[in-house]
Amino acid sequence: MVAEGLRKRFDKRWALDGFDLAVPAGTVCGLLGPNGAGKTTAVRILATLLRLDGGRAEVAGHDVAREAPAVRRQVALNGQQSTVDDVLTGRENLVMWGRLYHLTRRQAEARADELLEQFGLTGAADKRAKHYSGGMRRRLDLASSFIMRPSVLFLDEPTTGLDPRNRGEVWREVKRVVAEGTTVLLTTQYLDEADQLADQVVVLDTGRVAAQGTPDELKSKLGGDRIEVVVRDAVELPLVADVLGPDAEVDPDAFRVSAAVTDRVAALTRVASALAAKGVEAEDIALRRPTLDEVFLAITGHRAEARA
Amino acid sequence: MNAVKFAAVDSWVVAKRDLIHWVREPVRVFANLAYPVISVLIFGLVFGSAMNVFGGGDYIEFLLPGMFGQTIAFGVGTTLMMVSMDADRGVTDRFRASSMSQTGVVAGRSIADLVNSSLELLVLALCGLVIGWSFHDGLLNALLAFALLLWLRFALVWIGIYLGLLVKPEAAQASWMFLFPLTMFANTFVSPELMPGWLRVVAEWNPLSSTVAAARELFGNPGVGGDSWAAQHSLLLAVLWPAVFVAIFWPLSVLKYRNLSR
Repeated sequence: MVAEGLRKRFDKRWALDGFDLAVPAGTVCGLLGPNGAGKTTAVRILATLLRLDGGRAEVAGHDVAREAPAVRRQVALNGQQSTVDDVLTGRENLVMWGRLYHLTRRQAEARADELLEQFGLTGAADKRAKHYSGGMRRRLDLASSFIMRPSVLFLDEPTTGLDPRNRGEVWREVKRVVAEGTTVLLTTQYLDEADQLADQVVVLDTGRVAAQGTPDELKSKLGGDRIEVVVRDAVELPLVADVLGPDAEVDPDAFRVSAAVTDRVAALTRVASALAAKGVEAEDIALRRPTLDEVFLAITGHRAEARA
Repeated sequence: MNAVKFAAVDSWVVAKRDLIHWVREPVRVFANLAYPVISVLIFGLVFGSAMNVFGGGDYIEFLLPGMFGQTIAFGVGTTLMMVSMDADRGVTDRFRASSMSQTGVVAGRSIADLVNSSLELLVLALCGLVIGWSFHDGLLNALLAFALLLWLRFALVWIGIYLGLLVKPEAAQASWMFLFPLTMFANTFVSPELMPGWLRVVAEWNPLSSTVAAARELFGNPGVGGDSWAAQHSLLLAVLWPAVFVAIFWPLSVLKYRNLSR
C-alpha cells in the first residue's frame, strides 16, 4: 500500500494535505491522531470511498482512482460503527455478505461456518446479533470482512467504545489475521492500541504526517527511558533529586522525581541502593518508557484529545 | 451477462434482508398498517356521516382511493428512514467498498418497498371491502388502479433514496411532519372543489391527487372529474408525474450514491 502526496479538501479545509504512506505487505500500520486529523479521510480514500483531490495511491498493486473495482476485490473495510444487522443471526449476517460478494449459497454457508469457528462465534451462530455483546459484534463484523480473504484490511477505530476485555478480544483476532498474511491499516485514537498492534506508526496532525516509525522508535525520540521515584513525604524530594542527578525533574504534587537513564536495570539497582543508603524509603521505584500520549504531545505540541 | 445475474442476486439479497426485518419485527409492520386502518375507520365511520363528496356519492367509496394514496405517499418516509439508517451505520459504505453490483443495492430497496406497500394496500382494501367500499369497473381496471398506485410508490423510492442519502436518521424521522400535510392538501380526504381558492390549486396539482383521481376513475368510485385541466387528465398525469420523479431522482440518487461524502 503506497500513498504519495494525498490531498483532499472538504469545503475550504484541507482534510489531507500532502499525506504520504508506505505499508509493506503483511504488516500493520497504525494511523494515529486526534479527531479531525484526517485518519478516516485517508482510510476512505484508500478504500475507494472518497475521490482524491491530489496525489496518487496504490492498494494491493492497483491505483485507487483508476482501478477502483480491482482494489475493491482485494480490500475489506471495517468502519467505526458496526455494520452487523441486529435482526439477523450471526450466521445469516455472514451468509448475506457472502452472497453480496457473489459466492453461491452453498459456498456462502460453508464460509460462514468456517468464520464463525475461527472467530469463536459458533455457539452464538444462530442467535440474533442484537443479543451479542459489544465484543462479539465486533468479532462478527471482523469475520464478515474476511469472507473474501482480503489482502488488505482497513480498520477504522476498531475498539472505540469497547470495554478493556472486549478490546483484548478484538486485538487477539487482529493479530491472528495479520499472522495469516493480511496487511492492515488501522486508525486509532488509543495510543496503547497502536502500541499493541502496529509494526509502524504514522502520527497524523491536521492532514499531514507529523512523525512516523516503529512504536519504539517514536518513544525513543523522546529521550528514551526514565526512572521514576515516588516518596511518601515531600521533605524527601530533594534527597531523591540528589540521587537522580542534575537532570532530575521534581513533581511536588505527585511526590515524584524522574530522570532520563540509559542503562535501565543497572540504574534501577544503583538508585535503589543509593536511596537506602540515605535512609529514604521510596513508595515506588519504576523504569518507564514514555507513553505514546507523551510522544504525541511532544510531536504535535498539543494533547491527543479531540479538539473542537 | 454476469453483471445482470449479479444485479439480480444482489437485489434479492438486499430485499430479503428487509423482508426478514419485517417478518421478525412485525411491530413495525403493524404500526405501519394500524395507521391507515384506523384512519379508514375514523374518517369513514366517524367523520364520514358529516362529509360531502363534491358531485355526490358515498364518502367511504370516495375515501378509500384517497387512503390508498396516502399510504403510498407515506411509503417515501419508510424508504427515507431505511436508506438514512444504512448510510449512518456504515452499511452503505460497506456496500460501496465491496464488489457488489451498485444497481443491486437500489433495486433491492425498490423490491422490498414495493412488497411492503403492496401488503399495506391489500390490508387496506380488505378493510375497505368490509366497511362498504368496492370497485365497480371490473377486476382488470381495479388491478390497473393498484398498478398506478405502485408506480407512484416506485417513483417515491427514488426520492426516498436521494433524501435518505442526504439527511441523518433523526431528520428522516421528522419527514412525517412534511409528509402529513402534503397528503392532506390533495383530493385524498376532501374534494379540492370544497377548499379555498389557493389551496384548491395546490390540491388539484398535487401529484398524489392525480394518482388518487385516476384510481377513483378505474375503481368506479365517486369524486372523479372537476374543472381543472389536472383533474380532467388525471390518468395521464398519474402516469406522467411518477415518470418525471424517476427521471429527476434516479440520476440524482445514482450521483449522490457515487459521490457520498465527497
